[in-house]
Amino acid sequence: MPEVRRSIAITIDDTEIDAYEGESILQAARRFGIKIPSMCYLEGLSVWGACRICVVEVAGQHQPRPACATLVVEDMEVRTNTARLQSHRRTILELLFAEGNHVCAVCVSNGNCELQDRAVEAGMDHVRFDYRNPLRPVDATHPKYVFDPNRCIVCTRCVRVCDEIEGAHVWDVASRGHQAHLVTELGQPWGRSSSCTWCGKCVASCPTGALFYQGSAVGESVHAPDLVARLVAARRDHEWFPPVESPTSPNEQNGDDR
Amino acid sequence: MATPIDLHEVAERELEDQARYPWRIKACGSTACQSAGAGASISTLESEVVAVGLSDSVRVMSTGCMGLCSRGPLVRVLRRGGEETMYQSVDRDVAVDIVGAVAGRGEVADANRIDRHIPFFTRQHRVVLANAGIIDPDRLASAVAHGAYSALEKAITTMTPDQVVEAIKASGLRGRGGAGYPVGAKWSLLAGASSDQKYVIANGDEGDPGAYMDRTVMEDDPHRVIEGLAIAAYATGATRGYIYVRAEYPKAVERLDRAIRAARRSRLLGRKVLGSDFDFEVQVRIGAGAFVCGEETALIASIEGRRGNPRLRPPYPTESGLFGMPSMINNVETLANIPAIVSKGANWFSSIGTDRSTGTKVFALAGDLTNTGLIEVPMGISLREIVEDMGGGVPDGKVFKAAQTGGPSGGCIPTQFMDTSVDYESLRELGSIMGSGGLIVMDEDTSMPEVARFFMEFCMDESCGKCVPCRAGTVQLHGLLDRICSGEGRPGDLGLLEELCTVVRETSLCGLGQSAPNPVVSTLHYFRDEYESLLQEAAHA
Amino acid sequence: MAEALHPSGDDRFAVLDKHLKRTHHAQDQLIETLHVAQEVFGYLSDDILMYVARALLLPPSMVLGVATFYHLFNFEAQGEHACSVCTGTACFVKGADAIVAAVRDGYAVAPGATSEDGFLTLRTARCLGSCGLAPVVVIDGNVAGHQDARSTLELIRAQARIPEEVN
Repeated sequence: MPEVRRSIAITIDDTEIDAYEGESILQAARRFGIKIPSMCYLEGLSVWGACRICVVEVAGQHQPRPACATLVVEDMEVRTNTARLQSHRRTILELLFAEGNHVCAVCVSNGNCELQDRAVEAGMDHVRFDYRNPLRPVDATHPKYVFDPNRCIVCTRCVRVCDEIEGAHVWDVASRGHQAHLVTELGQPWGRSSSCTWCGKCVASCPTGALFYQGSAVGESVHAPDLVARLVAARRDHEWFPPVESPTSPNEQNGDDR
Repeated sequence: MATPIDLHEVAERELEDQARYPWRIKACGSTACQSAGAGASISTLESEVVAVGLSDSVRVMSTGCMGLCSRGPLVRVLRRGGEETMYQSVDRDVAVDIVGAVAGRGEVADANRIDRHIPFFTRQHRVVLANAGIIDPDRLASAVAHGAYSALEKAITTMTPDQVVEAIKASGLRGRGGAGYPVGAKWSLLAGASSDQKYVIANGDEGDPGAYMDRTVMEDDPHRVIEGLAIAAYATGATRGYIYVRAEYPKAVERLDRAIRAARRSRLLGRKVLGSDFDFEVQVRIGAGAFVCGEETALIASIEGRRGNPRLRPPYPTESGLFGMPSMINNVETLANIPAIVSKGANWFSSIGTDRSTGTKVFALAGDLTNTGLIEVPMGISLREIVEDMGGGVPDGKVFKAAQTGGPSGGCIPTQFMDTSVDYESLRELGSIMGSGGLIVMDEDTSMPEVARFFMEFCMDESCGKCVPCRAGTVQLHGLLDRICSGEGRPGDLGLLEELCTVVRETSLCGLGQSAPNPVVSTLHYFRDEYESLLQEAAHA
Repeated sequence: MAEALHPSGDDRFAVLDKHLKRTHHAQDQLIETLHVAQEVFGYLSDDILMYVARALLLPPSMVLGVATFYHLFNFEAQGEHACSVCTGTACFVKGADAIVAAVRDGYAVAPGATSEDGFLTLRTARCLGSCGLAPVVVIDGNVAGHQDARSTLELIRAQARIPEEVN
């Protein structure tokens, strides 16, 4: 039962498009193939609006606005790639690289990492801030998956997918500020979690190499972030879209060892 | 169901009761005086009155803050139809002398007398603090005798909700929590929202270090806050209210709880308030130590029992707030102005202060000043009058360097702007903000980069960690400041510092992050030479 | 459901259960419930957090997330005595840093932690709102104004002696 959605004319980078009422700038842009970089946004999940990579300039507003969380308004004029935005995005990415321990050369997600992709796109070739080098032990206690907090950017995609799609709410964020970190249940090792359903949606949704399958070697980990959107659409519309591309499933590599 | 209270009768009885005593001794029992030993002096006053056999003619009562906190414990002695004397540094011995003097035996040393005609007192205009230090906050009758709930009664019995909203609009009252948003406009947004359930919330999560205005109002005159909230509910169609108090203020929580129970018993709250068709229930909610919960959406999350992460606006709380319902959050001091506006009228209120900043503002004076404590002054007063006249200037022959307003979201105002009018716009033009009312004076010995580092450490610790610019940006800003202050700054650090300030300000999710760079930007603007000389020292080391 | 006696037979759970019943096990009462639990048990152990999670039917990770968000919740046993130094702006301007350093060095205890012998917990507090008396310290709940490093150490010593005499 497709509902009729009211059209709203907006301009993104001098291109006029017909957005839908109730849609965010990011959603409208993506439907028209206009690329706005993002990190914490994942189609199918609630909007978190925290990475601030997708900030855009809206005419008449002094502050840049997050494209993922700003709804379209009639005659809105949006710029997605001004010099100021490029510079801000680069700085935010530098902050992320300085905050954790992101070493692409040894990472399972090398070549398949949204953080890496964003940095390359933004031309972030060095980090001007002091690296924090935090001590963060890896949790490899789960029989099927590994959590490496060194690569975690606290985007909370795993928290949201586990809560909103799987319904298990194994993950959450503990502490606050720069000490904020992901925990399973009461912070005990993931392998001892009794609420985890081993569904792997958190791994599929992770933008970096923080969550991956046991046994993955450098560059081997492939995420499937579009999985979430497909599940949501299937649940809502009873339409089952095949995956855009089927990656070599880590399940096949490792066998379902449940 | 209990019959509604007859406010006039209660007030009359209370005043008659008070008039039975020829002498009244009012001792400040607020937190500041308590820490200076007020507990012991109050019990001495009480036991001495009994000891000298004056129980029938002298009444000792514990009241709220009298303002001049640095000279506590403070005591006021009132003689029926006569003079009022105020005493400072009242320890047990002085307490004995005070009762002795009342009994006509001996005198209190001059050193313990306070001259009530000094500017600290005479320049004040008390609206919010009208009853602080005068009433017994634990007794409803004492508050009622000084006018509590008469404005609520007036609103309910003689005004429509629209008329109340219009009166608040006409008064020009602006939010006292910091940003200065017009209060009447906010009220009409909530009044215009259609929903079966709306909420009004008092924000008592006063977190700026150096600010304790809201605590004083909640502790010393809790009924004023409750009355303001009830009027807000009546005007906007809300039937439930919350008072969110930071957990560091246990006494405020206790007094508000007691006041709510007393008001409910007297049908000033609950079903059919004062016999009308207006229902209003209030609950106190306690924070647990998170500065960010002063932000509207974080406060809502905290009342809902969740992590105090701010969320994106819009939707604004007046559309979708607490439990998804239309809600309005007003700061405690803002609400404490409401009863006076309703009672005395919008014109009276807007005649105080300046055109665009009407009314008064309570400030907590602290730092390198002779007189520190709480003052309530009309908006538009100059900074000089506050610092030099009321605060008595910088002590020990030192020179004034800067006044800091707005706490971690504000800035420093240097000496060349001492004659600036204290109002929302003027302070903003100087790169600071009105803020919630902390005013900290710093003398020539204070290092401004150190001050910036102090506030950045605060913001770093208090960041909720949700958005990247605030979570990781404050860490790097603090690191840069730390390195500059410890003489290890590198060439280019100031440029990096300024660039990062811009990014954090422009891309953070909520007000905490967006304003976190303010103390840095402001001290860099006025005291850049201090940063530069630290960097030069580092280069030559 | 949570009315049943706790398997440990610890009657402190009865106080917690009473609060839970009074607030109808409402999930939005999580923070209040944690306050009550900490008041009763002194700190929030994993057992207590799990008990609260079960009583309010909340995921454990959410309970931990909320508890660790707020500064006032403790997750370890507290020292016999507690010294909080206010680090608000006024106290900072008046030299609170030196007091923190003196207590830290004097009792080998980091701010926010408890000394190894369990004698003293050192905390730094956000503004206590007694700025007129800066710098302010709170020792076992007693507020003292106009302190410096030496007087604070003396206060701690004085405070520590009292229970010894009582014993």
